[in-house]
Amino acid sequence: MKRQNWLLIVAVVLLTALPLWLVPKPAAGPDGQPGTIFGGADGQAQQAISNIAPNYQPWFAPLLEPASNEIASLLFALQAAIGAGVIGYWLGAAVTRDRLKKEAERKAAEAAEDRRAD
Amino acid sequence: MHIMEGFLPVEHALGWTVASAPFVVLGIRSVRRQLRERPEQRMLLGVAAAFSFVLSALKLPSVTGSCSHPTGVGLGALLFGPLAMVPVGLVVLLFQALLLAHGGLTTLGANLFSMAIVGPFVAYGIFRLARGARLSLAVAVFAAAFMGDLATYLTTSVQLAWAFPDPAGGFAASLLKFGSIFAFTQLPLAVSEGLLTVLVVNALTRFNAEELRHLPLFAGRRATA
Repeated sequence: MKRQNWLLIVAVVLLTALPLWLVPKPAAGPDGQPGTIFGGADGQAQQAISNIAPNYQPWFAPLLEPASNEIASLLFALQAAIGAGVIGYWLGAAVTRDRLKKEAERKAAEAAEDRRAD
Repeated sequence: MHIMEGFLPVEHALGWTVASAPFVVLGIRSVRRQLRERPEQRMLLGVAAAFSFVLSALKLPSVTGSCSHPTGVGLGALLFGPLAMVPVGLVVLLFQALLLAHGGLTTLGANLFSMAIVGPFVAYGIFRLARGARLSLAVAVFAAAFMGDLATYLTTSVQLAWAFPDPAGGFAASLLKFGSIFAFTQLPLAVSEGLLTVLVVNALTRFNAEELRHLPLFAGRRATA
């Protein structure tokens, strides 16, 4: 099981990291600016909408926009941190509970052994 | 899978909101019932929600040269049933719509439908099928999370193609366009989500065997394993 878990982690890291190497950088656009890469798929879909329906006007705007990319990454990091914190708490509690249980079992077994020896 | 604020025509936005609303009510009811019957499951529900929080915050690079994110709702669907993931998805989507301008209030119904309704139901269905076919737990969990993730993005493609049919090729051409943006990008990400879900289930079966015994994930275990 432990081996399988490590293999799973390695596979996820590879799946995430390899595209960074494998995907060729896009050629520079006509304006000489390098093309963008690893943009959001959501944004590309938005682009596709404007291609299909050039006259479509969004009829509602977000109430609150992150003031900058930094603020946006702050909030995304906060979201991930909240989630990771909860998972870390559970894992820590679970590992400790497991260890205490095993220790208690071992002590109980030793006590039984002692009683028999007496 | 986030359709941006205002980017669905009014009637579509309303339609998806109406379609999602009953699932929200049923989902909240399902969570409350499960917590009332077994308050000790609170921790596991927290883990399932947290998993979705983490994964949907991580925009990962894909082989197509664009970025997208997993949804993480498959795990909870296997543990607590698909309905329980609707309120979890709602919290995630509201957080992102209100604070991050990612997704939106007008598209909340549509995004909820793809991420928190179709995804979990597909994951749950695939899991039941795979276990019925006597596949191992790890394989069944992987297949469920993988397919649930893909199903979410296919749903988004259908929603957009329906709202914005191609002037020349109609719905099909549009679906192909949105599908190629979302689905191909999502393939390796869905694999990652599947692997991570297996990882968490491994830990759960090791440390929380007692609590798992009462959950749908293991409901039919004695019969199949």
